[in-house]
Amino acid sequence: MLNYFVNRLTVAVLVAITVSIFAFSLLRLSGDLAAELAGDDATAAEIAEVAKSYGLDRPFHIQYLDWAGSALQGDLGVSIFSNEPVFEIITRALPVTLQLATYSLILSIVIAIPLGVLAAVKQNTWFDRGALVFAVSGQAIPNFWLGLMFILLFGVMLGWLPISGQDTWAHFILPTLTIGLSAMPVKMRLTRAGMIEVLQSDYIRTARAKGLNPNVVLFKHALRNAVLPVVSVTMVTFGRLLGGTVVVESIFALNGLGFEALQAITRQDFPVVQSVVAFVAFVYIGLTLLSDLINAQLDPRIRLS
Amino acid sequence: MATEQTSTAAAAATAASDTDPFHVEPPTPWQLMGRRAGTHMGFWIGGTFVLVCAVVAIFAPVIAPFDPLAQDLTRRLVPPIWDEKGTWTHPFGTDKFGRDYLSRLICGGRISLSIGFLAASIAAVVGSILGMMGGYFGGRVDAVVMYLVNAKLSLPGLIVSLSLVAVFGGSFTVLVLVLAFLFWDNYAVALRSVTMQIRAQDFVAAAEAIGASRRRIILSEILPNLMNQVIVILTLEIALAILIEATLSFLGLGIQPPTPSWGVLVAEGREQMFFNPYLITIPGVTIFLVAIAINMMGDGIRDITAPEGRN
Repeated sequence: MLNYFVNRLTVAVLVAITVSIFAFSLLRLSGDLAAELAGDDATAAEIAEVAKSYGLDRPFHIQYLDWAGSALQGDLGVSIFSNEPVFEIITRALPVTLQLATYSLILSIVIAIPLGVLAAVKQNTWFDRGALVFAVSGQAIPNFWLGLMFILLFGVMLGWLPISGQDTWAHFILPTLTIGLSAMPVKMRLTRAGMIEVLQSDYIRTARAKGLNPNVVLFKHALRNAVLPVVSVTMVTFGRLLGGTVVVESIFALNGLGFEALQAITRQDFPVVQSVVAFVAFVYIGLTLLSDLINAQLDPRIRLS
Repeated sequence: MATEQTSTAAAAATAASDTDPFHVEPPTPWQLMGRRAGTHMGFWIGGTFVLVCAVVAIFAPVIAPFDPLAQDLTRRLVPPIWDEKGTWTHPFGTDKFGRDYLSRLICGGRISLSIGFLAASIAAVVGSILGMMGGYFGGRVDAVVMYLVNAKLSLPGLIVSLSLVAVFGGSFTVLVLVLAFLFWDNYAVALRSVTMQIRAQDFVAAAEAIGASRRRIILSEILPNLMNQVIVILTLEIALAILIEATLSFLGLGIQPPTPSWGVLVAEGREQMFFNPYLITIPGVTIFLVAIAINMMGDGIRDITAPEGRN
């Protein structure tokens, strides 16, 4: 286990360094960030001044090491647009995105698992086909369009729910529905596939043969094994959602991480963009490392291979 | 040599059918695929729809009744045909500048579909090469490939794409390349593990034993066995690329108006959506139907070429 842990940790650290360099280069890829910031009709002297004030005149690796070094001590620099420390922007925006991601994942699991189990039990019936159509539709609907339709239907035509802002829990219902419905299909398909496979195994036949309650067999014996891939997919989706709620946040005017990133990108606010990208990537790396270690702990075949 | 073998085999088959009246020739793989294809409704429905869209997209300039950029301020916001004030001149109505919405939808489709197709194809080439290299050579090569995949996976795809488009501008080429960058890893992961399985098979060992070059083993022994996987992933990724292109354009960091793409249409329709909902329902439903059709076709191709991969 220790060997496996050290291996995985080394890879994770290497990946983290690579990704942080990439995040740092992202807005610098145009070649001359200072010229972009100074505007189209800036003179060479103005550009030089902009470069000097943001430290962009230093060699690339010095700038990177400076940023990475301060970041390790919790200092991510300040937004060039609002002068707000980037660390504070992230800590302010993160709870909104975290709430949205958590609610959406819960919703997607609550729909996906029962639906997947039922579809597997009733394999090849009209119910199964209906669930599949539902899943395929969920994957094919553009997120932003679904959000707009929800706004039209529940917000404007029926007037039931607020359509923008983040003040109460009711503000989170429509964004949660939008993301939850698109995160659901993969989990439903995985549950269904896993259940179909598990239900054909010998131990399920044995459990049934000795006369156990069919529901106990289904939910206690079968689901427990079938749901493992769903658990790891859920952890990965959670990491994905931290940087993946941009559209929904911008439609429903939630000031989450995605919305901050989008604003920063349009303003070329490079200190914010590079830190948000690196932050989301680090959380993702941490989550996958954690899920790998949990899996290895549960399943010796993984850590010994 | 080869023809000799076939003719002996054919002779043996004739002999067998002569002596055994109940002998039935087992179907060839192609015949099996043909049979599965014949009864697969999803494949035909999805495939037909995709084909029609592709034809419309290719001949868009000829098919579109109007110039998608031509404004006519006297005919602004004409409602679509299902509204009682709709006219057949503009079956899908016009937008706030009086541009014919059907023409914008058709020409937007040309852009959205070609971006999706090109991006997914470039990703397929790059991802497949990396995946095959990792799976075939193993060891250090594989470690490098997996390292690249892990780095790519940990990046927040949408934010990175938005930044790249912001830096390089929302042109057709930039979008194709950015989306290709977003999608190559799926091919790499899938093809790596399939290549590993195939590499361990006897026919590869046989090819190695007769001294076949690496190049020949990869190109003519392994690659053909991967093609159905590539095509299945490709179709699903095209659908996804179309969705993401629409998302980027919707957020204003994709195709730049007035050039139409389906995402641009939704973004432009958004400000009018409370008064003229057709401006977002028409492009939205179009994206949805095309994505479903491509998914149905992809699932169909998987069921037909490799039914064991079905879940």
